[in-house]
Amino acid sequence: MTMAEPGFRQTVRLTQPTRRLLELFLIACGWGLGVLGTLQVGWTTGEPLGQRFWITAAVVGGLAVVAHLVVRWRIPYADPFLLPVATTLTIIGLVMIYRLDVAAAQSAERRNETPSTPDVYAQLTWYAVATVLFLAVVFLIRDHRRLQRYTYTCGLFGILLLILPLLPVIGSTVNGATLWVHVGSFTFQPGEAAKILLTIFFAGYLVMTRDSLAVVRTKFLGVGLPRARDLGPILVAWAVSLGVLVFQKDLGTSLLFFGLFVAMLFIATQRRVWLGLGAVLFAVGAVGSYFAFSHVRVRVQIWIDPFAYAQDAGYQIVQGLYGFANGGLFGTGLGNGYPQLVPFANTDFIVAALGEELGLTGLFAIILLYGVLIERGLRTAVAVRDPFGQLLAAGLSITMALQVFVIIGGVTRLIPLTGLTTPFLSYGGSSLVANWIIVGLLMVMSHRARQPVAVQHSDPDALTQVVPITRAK
Amino acid sequence: MSRSIRRIGIALIFLMIALLVNISFIQVFQGDNYRSQADNKRVLLEEYVRERGPILVDSEPIARSVDTGGELKYERVYPEGPMYVSATGFYSILYGATGLERTENDVLSGSSDLFFFDRIDQLISGRKPKGGAVTTTLNPAAQKVAWQGIKGTIGAVVAIEPATGRILALVQSPSFDPNRLSTHDTEAMRIYYNDLLNDPSEPMLNRPLVTTNPPGSTFKVVTAAAALESGRFTPSSLVPGPAVYDLPGSTKTLRNWTGADCGPKGMVTLIEALAQSCNTAFAWMGNELGADALRAQAERFGFDKAFEVPLRASTSEFPANPDEPLTAYSAIGQYDVRATALQMAMVAAGVGNGGIVMNPYLVQEIRGPDLAILKTFEPTEYGRALTPEHATQLQDMMVAVVDHGTATTLQGITDANGNPVRVGAKTGTAQTSPDRPPVAWMIAMAPANNPTVAVAVMIQSPGEAEVSGNAISGPVARSVLEAILQQ
Repeated sequence: MTMAEPGFRQTVRLTQPTRRLLELFLIACGWGLGVLGTLQVGWTTGEPLGQRFWITAAVVGGLAVVAHLVVRWRIPYADPFLLPVATTLTIIGLVMIYRLDVAAAQSAERRNETPSTPDVYAQLTWYAVATVLFLAVVFLIRDHRRLQRYTYTCGLFGILLLILPLLPVIGSTVNGATLWVHVGSFTFQPGEAAKILLTIFFAGYLVMTRDSLAVVRTKFLGVGLPRARDLGPILVAWAVSLGVLVFQKDLGTSLLFFGLFVAMLFIATQRRVWLGLGAVLFAVGAVGSYFAFSHVRVRVQIWIDPFAYAQDAGYQIVQGLYGFANGGLFGTGLGNGYPQLVPFANTDFIVAALGEELGLTGLFAIILLYGVLIERGLRTAVAVRDPFGQLLAAGLSITMALQVFVIIGGVTRLIPLTGLTTPFLSYGGSSLVANWIIVGLLMVMSHRARQPVAVQHSDPDALTQVVPITRAK
Repeated sequence: MSRSIRRIGIALIFLMIALLVNISFIQVFQGDNYRSQADNKRVLLEEYVRERGPILVDSEPIARSVDTGGELKYERVYPEGPMYVSATGFYSILYGATGLERTENDVLSGSSDLFFFDRIDQLISGRKPKGGAVTTTLNPAAQKVAWQGIKGTIGAVVAIEPATGRILALVQSPSFDPNRLSTHDTEAMRIYYNDLLNDPSEPMLNRPLVTTNPPGSTFKVVTAAAALESGRFTPSSLVPGPAVYDLPGSTKTLRNWTGADCGPKGMVTLIEALAQSCNTAFAWMGNELGADALRAQAERFGFDKAFEVPLRASTSEFPANPDEPLTAYSAIGQYDVRATALQMAMVAAGVGNGGIVMNPYLVQEIRGPDLAILKTFEPTEYGRALTPEHATQLQDMMVAVVDHGTATTLQGITDANGNPVRVGAKTGTAQTSPDRPPVAWMIAMAPANNPTVAVAVMIQSPGEAEVSGNAISGPVARSVLEAILQQ
């Protein structure tokens, strides 16, 4: 990175708008959407909202405003869209979780049973925790390049977290997939944290090895193939993914990690051959596990003809499809559908619930929100000035994109169903916290990318910032 | 690396597009397919979640939706059960809807275009549409006595207001309990429905509108109308009425039900022939007028047309090309003449209404969810069956049937003040086939020269060799006439 023509840069960069006001406005829009949505739920279901609703709305608004103020203070040049989009998605999730709570409570009331504890307050608590960790990222990781120092540590912990659910006592199997960890009354999905740690590891590792991985020697049928010894990393990633699939029966996580690694490998080396090789390995793994493992075979059969299993294994997806169909173009309106008929409507199948009540239009909006999030993430990746940052930002965006694709595609029967949470929307702390940390990392990186040079100079950290780049090169 | 990041970005955009395309496919193009799946519980819930509008008789509901507080929110309830089934029909999640529940579904479900503004309100508020109300023309008193009169038999009653065509009573027997077909207990519903299907007495048959039977001697009113309209006969014209009529072009004979001559020397006036229900006189008259004249007269009363009231009634028929013997049989309502109870009530009403036949109708008003009247149905003319003069003559002939003829059970009817009322009527008995019990008919209207009610009673009476319209259907007709006259 040259510092030529500093005067020129200074004048141009200083006019760089922070656009924090836009951010605040968009957050207000998302918050208003949530308030209106909840009011509609109350209106249509006849459930009184009361004081508790306004307290909840105030807490959510407070969390969002605090996040905004800290961003304004610490990372004013961060991308102005990431925080509002993540906030809006979280709020849409909260509204739908509340709506499903209402359905469960009314159902229990009809059967004269004690209603189960509402999930929305637990999710609200998790949103608070997520915001705290988001702020921690903003405060602590002023420079993402420091993370590169912990490449192997991250890799090690990432793998450890992945195999954690397999350990006796603390590990547990829910709905056939072993991806939970119990410590006392506290449960979490370590896969969500592993996602971030492994992305950091992949970024750090690929920055170091990309030059040798990019070397193409052998020509085979006119296609340049990598050297045999460079095949190691991709084979290891493939093996680990297969291991996750076999031992934890977690198709989604397995798919996510392998796809992420191959995509990052391609970005780092810019060699298309890795994509081809990844595709071949994926095909081999997919076909192999179809024949080798019954749980994979069942998933595929349900995917092909869910109605044949409508009363047992395919019940959930069939009910989900009925929900989508009931929603149609404009949806039934919040509170007017029957999303509670789908098992796990507030976690894996929250998209089916949203599709039913908000319709095709609502789902388009939600998917476009994800699109904006991913696009802003990739834009950050392009704008960041160091290769590690580029890979990390791209990797985090890809993780999010793949997860959205795998779970929504699964629920809508585009691909076989796998158990992944829907980022920001699904009920569940691990996922919400992990995705907010990703947003935090992306925002820190975008701040550094868009920050004017002059400010950089006045920053006491500025001098140390130059050092890691030269060291990494 | 920026270039490969952009490429990955483009690939990710394609993934998102794939999601959007697939979701569009499921929600919009496949939607109907998924909705029609048998195990799709949402369709059931969606049906019950709406507050379906009531069907009213004099502002009292005979069908309404009750909030059960259950998962399936509203349940359709019929307070009078079987009594109004011919009008209401049933509303079942498994077996669909019949009767007014079907024909007026747009109004009752709230999806009618009449509710345009309500629907805009619902669109904005996201509230479930509430159905509108349908007010029927039925008269609760007439309906009640008609039901009590034929309960336990196989039969039907239709009463009409002659001047308007409003249907005052519409009853079938055997009937069924529509509540048991709209219950939330689908298993019980299934069992009940199958029982009804397998019941040989066909309780789900809408007998007043759908069942056709030979009208028997009640058809003589039509033949008499044709005779008067021909201009060749008056009520006092002497016509041959021997004990036995030799059917022309056949070796067969046709006998009077009394087995005797209808008058001195086998001759009888037309008015007496009707009063005594003289078969041979009307058989002779049929051949004298010809099948075409009889059919034309029958059609002017509404034969050969399917009425929608708005429930669709069966077409009453006069045979296409009967030869002379069969024309003779047709003239006395036997052979292939077929009429619904509705049709025969229309004959009595048309005669009473100065010869003008009104289109029968069952729906009086349509009201919005807020019960504001959105539409009122006005009477419409079907056509003229008789000149006013001939109509008056035929009215007097029908009064003779009551005063000194076969319809003696209708004698001595009074209005609310105890004043005697002139009643015109005609009895009838029809043997359909040896294996089926004969049908006893009674058609009547009163007060004879300006009737407020016309009624047709049709009862299939099993186990009785000699069935007389007077004895079996007469008392039912009487109670219906009295119910209206004494209000």
